[in-house]
Amino acid sequence: MTELSNTSAAVGEPTSAGTASEAFLRVRDLKVHFPTDDGLVKSVDGLTFSLEKGRTLAVVGESGSGKSVTSQAIMGLHRLGTRGKNVQMSGEIWLGGKELVSAAPDEVRKLRGREMAMIFQDPLSAMHPYYTIGNQIVEAYRVHHKVSKKVARARAIEMLDRVGIPEPGKRVDSYPHEFSGGMRQRAMIAMALVNNPELLIADEPTTALDVTVQAQILDLIRDLQKEFGSAVIMITHDLGVVAEIADDVLVMYGGRCVERGPLAEVFEKPQHPYTWGLLGSMPRIDRETSERLIPVKGSPPSLINVPSGCAFNPRCPYADLPKGNVTRTVRPELELADGGHWSACHLSTEDRTRIWTEEIAPKL
Amino acid sequence: MRRSALAAIAAIGSASLFLTGCSKADDNKNDNGTKSAGADAATKGVVNASDKKGGTLTYELSDVPDSFDPGNTYYAYMYNLSRLWARPLMTFQPGAGEKGNTLVPDLAAGKGVPSEGGKVWTYKLRPGMTYEDGTPITSKDVKYAVERSNFARDVLSLGPNYFQQFMVGGDKYKGPYKDKSGKGLSSIETPDDTTIVFHLKQAFQEFDYLVATPQTAPVPQAKDTGVDYVKKIVSSGSYKFESYEEGKQAVLVRNDKWDAKTDPLRKQLPDRIVVKLKVNAETIDKDVLAGNAIDLGGTGVQAATQAQALTDASKKANTDNTYGGRLVYMAINTTVAPFDKVECRKAVQYAIDKVSVQTAEGGPIRGDIATTVLPPDIPGYEKADAYASAGNKGDAAKAKEQLKACGKDKITTNISARSDRPQEIDAATAIINSLKSVGITANLKQYPSGKYFTDYAGVPKFTKKQNIGLEMMQWGADWPSGYGFLQQILNGSAIGESGNTNLSQYDNKDVNALLAKAIGTQDMAERNSIYTQIDKKTMDDAVLVPLTYFKVLLARPTNYTNLVSTAAFSGQYDYLNIGVASK
Amino acid sequence: MISYILRRTFAAVILLLVVSAVTFAIFFLLPRLAGQTADQMAQQYIGKSPSKADIAAVKHNLGLDQAVYVQYWHFIKGIVVGANYDLGPTTVHCDAPCFGYSFKTHQAVWPELTSRLPITFSLAAGAAVLWLVSGVAIGVISALKPRSLFDRTFMGIALAGVSLPMFFTGNLAILLFVFNWPIFGRDYVPFTENPSQWANTLIPAWCSLALLYSAIYARLTRSGMLETMNEDFIRTARAKGLGERTVVVRHGLRAALTPIITVFGMDIGLLLGGAVITESVFSLPGIGQYAVQGITDNDLPKILGVTLLAAFFVVIANLLVDVLYAAADPRVRLS
Repeated sequence: MTELSNTSAAVGEPTSAGTASEAFLRVRDLKVHFPTDDGLVKSVDGLTFSLEKGRTLAVVGESGSGKSVTSQAIMGLHRLGTRGKNVQMSGEIWLGGKELVSAAPDEVRKLRGREMAMIFQDPLSAMHPYYTIGNQIVEAYRVHHKVSKKVARARAIEMLDRVGIPEPGKRVDSYPHEFSGGMRQRAMIAMALVNNPELLIADEPTTALDVTVQAQILDLIRDLQKEFGSAVIMITHDLGVVAEIADDVLVMYGGRCVERGPLAEVFEKPQHPYTWGLLGSMPRIDRETSERLIPVKGSPPSLINVPSGCAFNPRCPYADLPKGNVTRTVRPELELADGGHWSACHLSTEDRTRIWTEEIAPKL
Repeated sequence: MRRSALAAIAAIGSASLFLTGCSKADDNKNDNGTKSAGADAATKGVVNASDKKGGTLTYELSDVPDSFDPGNTYYAYMYNLSRLWARPLMTFQPGAGEKGNTLVPDLAAGKGVPSEGGKVWTYKLRPGMTYEDGTPITSKDVKYAVERSNFARDVLSLGPNYFQQFMVGGDKYKGPYKDKSGKGLSSIETPDDTTIVFHLKQAFQEFDYLVATPQTAPVPQAKDTGVDYVKKIVSSGSYKFESYEEGKQAVLVRNDKWDAKTDPLRKQLPDRIVVKLKVNAETIDKDVLAGNAIDLGGTGVQAATQAQALTDASKKANTDNTYGGRLVYMAINTTVAPFDKVECRKAVQYAIDKVSVQTAEGGPIRGDIATTVLPPDIPGYEKADAYASAGNKGDAAKAKEQLKACGKDKITTNISARSDRPQEIDAATAIINSLKSVGITANLKQYPSGKYFTDYAGVPKFTKKQNIGLEMMQWGADWPSGYGFLQQILNGSAIGESGNTNLSQYDNKDVNALLAKAIGTQDMAERNSIYTQIDKKTMDDAVLVPLTYFKVLLARPTNYTNLVSTAAFSGQYDYLNIGVASK
Repeated sequence: MISYILRRTFAAVILLLVVSAVTFAIFFLLPRLAGQTADQMAQQYIGKSPSKADIAAVKHNLGLDQAVYVQYWHFIKGIVVGANYDLGPTTVHCDAPCFGYSFKTHQAVWPELTSRLPITFSLAAGAAVLWLVSGVAIGVISALKPRSLFDRTFMGIALAGVSLPMFFTGNLAILLFVFNWPIFGRDYVPFTENPSQWANTLIPAWCSLALLYSAIYARLTRSGMLETMNEDFIRTARAKGLGERTVVVRHGLRAALTPIITVFGMDIGLLLGGAVITESVFSLPGIGQYAVQGITDNDLPKILGVTLLAAFFVVIANLLVDVLYAAADPRVRLS
């Protein structure tokens, strides 16, 4: 495996365990399959990426592309509950030198909420309606630190203050439903960060919020990342959010990674037809209003019967271009297209660049 | 055949049947190891005769009685049991069969002495009797007891009102609570503390029967609190109340002031008597079979227990199947055509297959086939069958003959029965089938039993309007004599506008006259022969069809002594002297 | 909060008045519509073959000769200030609240109710604790292991428990545990007299009654838990690193139990009005037995007393349940 050298900090490529690397989180060939009555659902089917501390990775894709399943797999949440016995997980997840897929569930539990934390899309349903914010933050703190309730409460107030909630001494005794949407999300962020996690996973944290509030939350996450130096995975389907906050982008489709690279590369020189479709279907201010959005035709693939070959081939306008019908028979591997920029596609880099500059980009 | 039918009925009834059948080992011995006296032993003599004192006797009842107050009750079992704390002037001698029907003096020293042809009756009380608190019992207390029970009907209305009907001035006297004169009912005189004289409106030679009721048990006026008296009854009997919980239970203990010298009838054997109310009927049966209680109600065991008793020899040995002084019959309404003609009535008599009716009522356990008006345990009964047929199955040929003689080949009419009595409905259905085969079509009309006499079958106008020619009926007398039995169902004067019990609306000059004569006849044997005559005449006039002589199946607790079935109280065990054997 | 309770209490009083009026109406007006006269009514409370004078006397004594609304007025007055009752030789004063005197037994209704209430209460309370604990426990375990052997077995038992009628289960219990293998006692003794005997007698009744309800609660808890464990906040709790038991109990059960508590309150309220069949089967002299007696005898004062008492308990239960729910779920506001 070649090492990458690039002036901008690049996404480290997958390495086997033990190789010196700065990546704090390394995911290697992660597969998460769920056996159901209708068949085996391959939610994540061979995902590989790395993330360093202090950097933000945006994971983009449609619903059902496997974004949330990936993040929950990292957190070890799939092995819990009544379906926990059935899930089939393989591959490796390295969190700061500890492998999580083969680890005992209790080991992973100790890391949850401490080394790695998660915030969710809808803070109203994600927080228990019966307990105060303070109570829930205290709980999150005390499960990993043996301190008195008084100390934990002081810490909770401190965190609420840190995330910008006014009168934290009072609001600590409020219930989740007594907050406004934005404040609620801040409180959830406070709860997630109370133990100074080194990895923060944010699963669509702004989808349920107003645009103005959205900006505040993103600012907050960015500030906290700078302050605590944590790695952040931002899961979203909103490319505007990606543009705001991401250092690197990972595009997922059908449980697989189809493109991965630095933000500028992926946005300005995208190397995958699906990414073109995403960019084309995104409303932009600098576009002529008379121009129609260009949606990606078709619908997301079934994860039980994933199309053979390239998962995107039924919807790809260029599926016939590569010779020998290879798009329908051979699964494309992630290949380096440019500096730190990977793509899983049968089209050649030249073809892709040409199509992008000539056909797609002018229309956007 | 009949047995399995009964078993089937019981199996549908209670699921506990399955388990109890497997529970106890089938022994021929009782639980306490003694040998059983055998089935129906208590109908022939006293079972487990003993003078052993001590123990606690338990009575259990699935319902609540109308009252424990002797002046405010009408249930036979209360008449029976209340003698423990309330001594009436006369009572029935404990004994089996005829003996149990014999009147003997209780509070009185001797039988009543009639004068003026039976219009005046004098009783002398035994000397030296006291209540539980030592105060002496006087004849004034007996007079007061009659006054409060018969003449204060606004508060004490649950007992019968015969004294109100028969005493001179009974319609005018306002009762001891409202009458402020202090003299009371003038037609009851108390010339001295041990004498009481009754003045009746008409001659009534069976007056001894009339005073064999708890209404003549003495009540001290000073202690009478009206409806609340039941909470603190002052006992004149062998037991007194230790506690009384309305609707729940009562506990009686020995009355230490009771004196055997003034009471030849009672024995005062148990130390304590507990009366439990509202006990689950199935539980009562279990307790009785285990020898731990007596079913106070005395109306027979539940269906499941009956089925067991009939199929298990050792259980059957501890049961008594007795007459209940009751006739199950069908009245033929003489005011509804064509039953005003005696031939048509006779046709009905011949047509009915009484065996099918007996089966519908529950088989021979529940009753013997009846052919006379008086049941066998009422004095005056004589075996007879005016409309005999082979095996009591009915005689269709003779029935059709009578129909022809009546001038009809088809009759259509209605038959009434009580909707909440399934056996009565089944019996009526059996009758309908019998009648159909001779050309009589009877349609079943069902009415609720609570209103049967007040609103339907007992309202002559209603029966005429609805063309009800046949009426299902059951009748037990208030006192076990021919008059007590026949008067209300056969006397023309007893026909009432509503609440009528003379459902045939039989108004025969001869019968009416015979009844009046009987009640005025002093000699008992003569009276009884008159009753026999009345019975025959009624049957000749075919105004009612006797179906069965009602019987009860009682379970006999093996642990109790002095058990005997008494005809005077509808076949119940006599509650006067039951004791407890040691376990 | 105080104003809320006051408002609810006021509404409750109105409701009880309405209930009493409706009971009166059903008792008197329906038979009248069917053509029954006051005489026929009075006749039910006398023995056999009464004379016309008897009927008139009883009719007057029970107040049945008055207009229905006059009788109703006397009834309400009695509750508020008490009433006088003619015992015969004397008149007695029945203190407020006076629910009248039984038409049949001429005994005051209110003291009877209060003397029977502890028995019904003992029956209800014991069974309630039993069914709540067992039902919830089984429901939780079933929900945590859906479609397992435990789940299928106990839900099957639950189905049987709901389907089998009390007069079957109860009689079976008596047969087995009182007669065949006598472990348990027969006659009720008050708790204050002998607590162990009190429990000993009631255990078969508790178990039979609990079997009926436990089934329902197990199913309710199971479905409630299944639903709750799929909620987002459960995922968050796990994401915080909490142990699974804490997640199930503190986060899951706590939320799932709230609707069950409301059902529980209502069930208790209804049960306190008299577990009629259970009391009859087990020969327990409680309110239920009293009610049956009143109905059999067509005894209005008894019926009124029990109906109002039962209505009262239901109303109180309703109020308590609403308050409890608001206390449990901070999102709910009392209004």
